[in-house]
Amino acid sequence: MVSSVKAVKGAVVFDLASQPLRDLNQFLHGDLQGIKGVTVENPDGAHSIAVGMNAAVQVDINGHAGYYAAGMNQHASVVVHGNAGPGCAENMMSGRVEVKGFASGGAGASAHGGLLVIQGDAGLRCGISLKGGNIVVGGDVGSFSAFMAQAGTMVICGDAGDGLGDSLYEAVLYVRGEVKSLGADARFEPMGDTDIATVKQLLADAGLSHKASEFKRIASAKTLYHWNADSKQTY
Amino acid sequence: MCGIVGLLLKNKSMRPRLGELMVPMLIGMTERGPDSSGMAVFGEPVMNSHRKVSLYCGDAGFNWRHLEGALLEFLGDAQFEVKANHCIVTSTAKPDEVRAWVGRHHPSVHVLSVGRSIDLYKDVGLPSEVAARYAFKNFSGSHLVGHTRMATESAVTPQNAHPYTAGEDWCLVHNGSLANPNSIRRMLEKRGIRFESDCDTEGACRYLHWRLDMGETLETALEHAFEDFDGFFTLLMGTEDKLALVRDPFACKPAVVAETDDYVAIASEFHSLAHLPGVKHANIFEPKPSEVYSWSVQ
Repeated sequence: MVSSVKAVKGAVVFDLASQPLRDLNQFLHGDLQGIKGVTVENPDGAHSIAVGMNAAVQVDINGHAGYYAAGMNQHASVVVHGNAGPGCAENMMSGRVEVKGFASGGAGASAHGGLLVIQGDAGLRCGISLKGGNIVVGGDVGSFSAFMAQAGTMVICGDAGDGLGDSLYEAVLYVRGEVKSLGADARFEPMGDTDIATVKQLLADAGLSHKASEFKRIASAKTLYHWNADSKQTY
Repeated sequence: MCGIVGLLLKNKSMRPRLGELMVPMLIGMTERGPDSSGMAVFGEPVMNSHRKVSLYCGDAGFNWRHLEGALLEFLGDAQFEVKANHCIVTSTAKPDEVRAWVGRHHPSVHVLSVGRSIDLYKDVGLPSEVAARYAFKNFSGSHLVGHTRMATESAVTPQNAHPYTAGEDWCLVHNGSLANPNSIRRMLEKRGIRFESDCDTEGACRYLHWRLDMGETLETALEHAFEDFDGFFTLLMGTEDKLALVRDPFACKPAVVAETDDYVAIASEFHSLAHLPGVKHANIFEPKPSEVYSWSVQ
């Protein structure tokens, strides 16, 4: 049983300064029929806030979140009004997660669906092993982002670190700023009309106003798709 | 896994509260390091003619009065400050003389640190227990370096707890693990540098001190470390007037910094910074990989 649930102006409020995180997550995993929104006060870097959501409700985290915020999200819209620790929205299936500040390493890792918006910078390995989700980063991304990304889209409004898109499969990346280095088998490709439309839509979804034409497309050269017996020494 | 914490007070009027501000930071890192913890505190330096030596004995019943009496007789003049298993000796004697005397007469007593500013405490147990044992909350000073340990590569012993020290007024804590600590150790031992534990972090500490001792700047020494250290590391280092922070090129281990006009606070996770005054308006950032960050006492 949840110890106490406060409703303020129709929204449910959990204050993690006085209520256990487990109560919050058990509430979020229960029957949320009729609940439109849940607000989390004083998150103070707690781990695993709003993980495993499976309902179309809005969760507002008023402060900084720790590891794995909104991991495995389905249907919910989770907003971190602050920074997020490592593994934010990892393995997201659907819904929307937005971080108003920066997100640490591994944001959106292996997300199958949904949209992750990071208004600030993202740390290393953002979108690693992306499997179909979309990620929009308002600032820069750290090294090794989109490593082995299989499906989905990343829009990076700032710069990217080393090894961007190493061993990409079918995911497509769009970068507005400088790329320090591309990873193995990633290459720049011309922007087509579909690319412009995709970037435009994702920027609009993220509430960002950059011009889609300022972005460059990065996709897999597909040279690693098949084993090349002649160059086995390079593997 | 381990937790690191660091705090440097720019606002001098806050210095009496250094310990009080730090204890929740340390306890906040309990989940990252429940087996041991430690703290290096840098305060007002003693006179240039004096040195402070932090001593530790694993035996809770150790008779410090007996040691005090005999050491006083040997040194002629010294001040002693005993807290639980720990004693700070301040005197004009050469630190090596104190070290040698302690080694001869009380082999169970270990020298934890030497310097004009540094006091060092480390022990096994939960951070809350270690903090209470040595009354960390009463510490005052300009800056500190703390650590909570979850041992991964060497035993849980007081010697293997962090911070590590080398030389004078120098300490280092480490979150991560080095793959080549024995190569570093062998290289340094050939140059006459002596080790006191089998923890990988001692290699990092003595390596960097060795380079500083040769006259290199911290930045240059760390550039060499990026070449010579194989492994994962977030390192937080303290000198008499500086804190320095660096993460390995892959940023495998976390760190977050909060800076205000009053202080610079560093921790493995924001959770340990959340209680600090004015943190809601602090400049909060994650240090970038391979970049050296340092802050000086004003």
